[in-house]
Amino acid sequence: MATRPDEEDGRAFEAAILPHLDAAYNLARWLMRNVEDAEDVLQEAMLRALTYYSGFKGENPRGWLLQIVRNAAYASMKLNQGARSVPIAVYAGGEEVPSHRELPDPGDDPEAALLKSRGRQGLDRLLAELPVELRETIVLRELEEMSYKEISQITGAPMGTVMSRLWRARRLLTEAAKAAGGDS
Amino acid sequence: MSVPSCDQTLLLQADFDGELDAAQSAALAAHRASCPSCQQAAADLAALRARLKTEATYHRAPERLRRALAARAAPETAKPAAPWRRMAASFAAGAALAASVALFLAPQPPGLADDVTAAHLRSLQPGHLEDVLSTDQHTVKPWFDGRLDFAPPVKDLAAQGYPLLGGRLDYLDGRPVAALVYGRAKHEINLFVWPEPGADSPPTTTMRNGYNLVHWRAGGMTLWAASDVEKSQLEDFTALWRQEP
Repeated sequence: MATRPDEEDGRAFEAAILPHLDAAYNLARWLMRNVEDAEDVLQEAMLRALTYYSGFKGENPRGWLLQIVRNAAYASMKLNQGARSVPIAVYAGGEEVPSHRELPDPGDDPEAALLKSRGRQGLDRLLAELPVELRETIVLRELEEMSYKEISQITGAPMGTVMSRLWRARRLLTEAAKAAGGDS
Repeated sequence: MSVPSCDQTLLLQADFDGELDAAQSAALAAHRASCPSCQQAAADLAALRARLKTEATYHRAPERLRRALAARAAPETAKPAAPWRRMAASFAAGAALAASVALFLAPQPPGLADDVTAAHLRSLQPGHLEDVLSTDQHTVKPWFDGRLDFAPPVKDLAAQGYPLLGGRLDYLDGRPVAALVYGRAKHEINLFVWPEPGADSPPTTTMRNGYNLVHWRAGGMTLWAASDVEKSQLEDFTALWRQEP
């Protein structure tokens, strides 16, 4: 194998970044909430990551990549604003936490029985219905197991905000799950 | 986790998330012993985490995208239609990137490492991971009896943070092999085992398509660990597995 500098860059990129492709896609998928947009965001993010990789000197490639994914996702959501932002627009206005009554109540839903028997869909759906800033925080914490500091760096929110968002996300999910009878 | 009726709530949560140092954590434990609100909140936090671990979907990158990324060059500028092809074209446009693109075009030498990677990828398809789903090595081990002509070493590393999730049969190197599945957070580690005559050899780490592989030989068996966890973590897993009696 030749060892031209560019080739080393490419190899370093493959070694450092590609192992985090699942994490990148998972975040994109939870932010965008559909496959098509998630793939577009991932594509855009990987392009940016490759472009800027030579300037990346940090020690946390996963955090670095997820920050790029998050920025790409928000850019995409901004572009699409008005077109297809349903629950995000509802919640994005204020810092006020919606009560669990504002989350879809599976009790009024013909699919309630199905959801109860299929917990995965139930919890996935509750997670998907969270306001985006709460959703990204809990996904980064519980699915990616990132520290408060890492979450703060990725989302650009101060640590205190990360903590309160995490608490609100957990409280909403817990209440909604209880309301759905999922915690029996 | 209803109304946070205690001002220690966020501290409690930070403790739950492993963000407190020992002194803070001890101080909180003292408070918690006498605070029913905090006790309830702690139980709710643990219950929610358990449900998220088992029920929330971890969306893995589609294999199609992974392959497109690994082999992404091929600038067929005549057809700028598909987004991934557009991406490829823009990669190719940058002269500085041309060499790194060539890297991805270079065919990997065919070999067992590629077969192991392919087997690992196959196992990640829904429903393909484990045939016998058990965290109990005493269930997994007998399951292989009668299915294989050798007894694979089955070890549980739950205490070390790599719980055994189950096992299945796979086919590698022209023969049926045992695949043991271990979990690490939301990631899986496949450990492929089959008999192969030859001297023991120490673990060596390689990478294929962004996946890490560790290969070693011990006790007449050849072993391949494959995963998307970090290289250092897979090596840690290997070391623990080899230490475990």
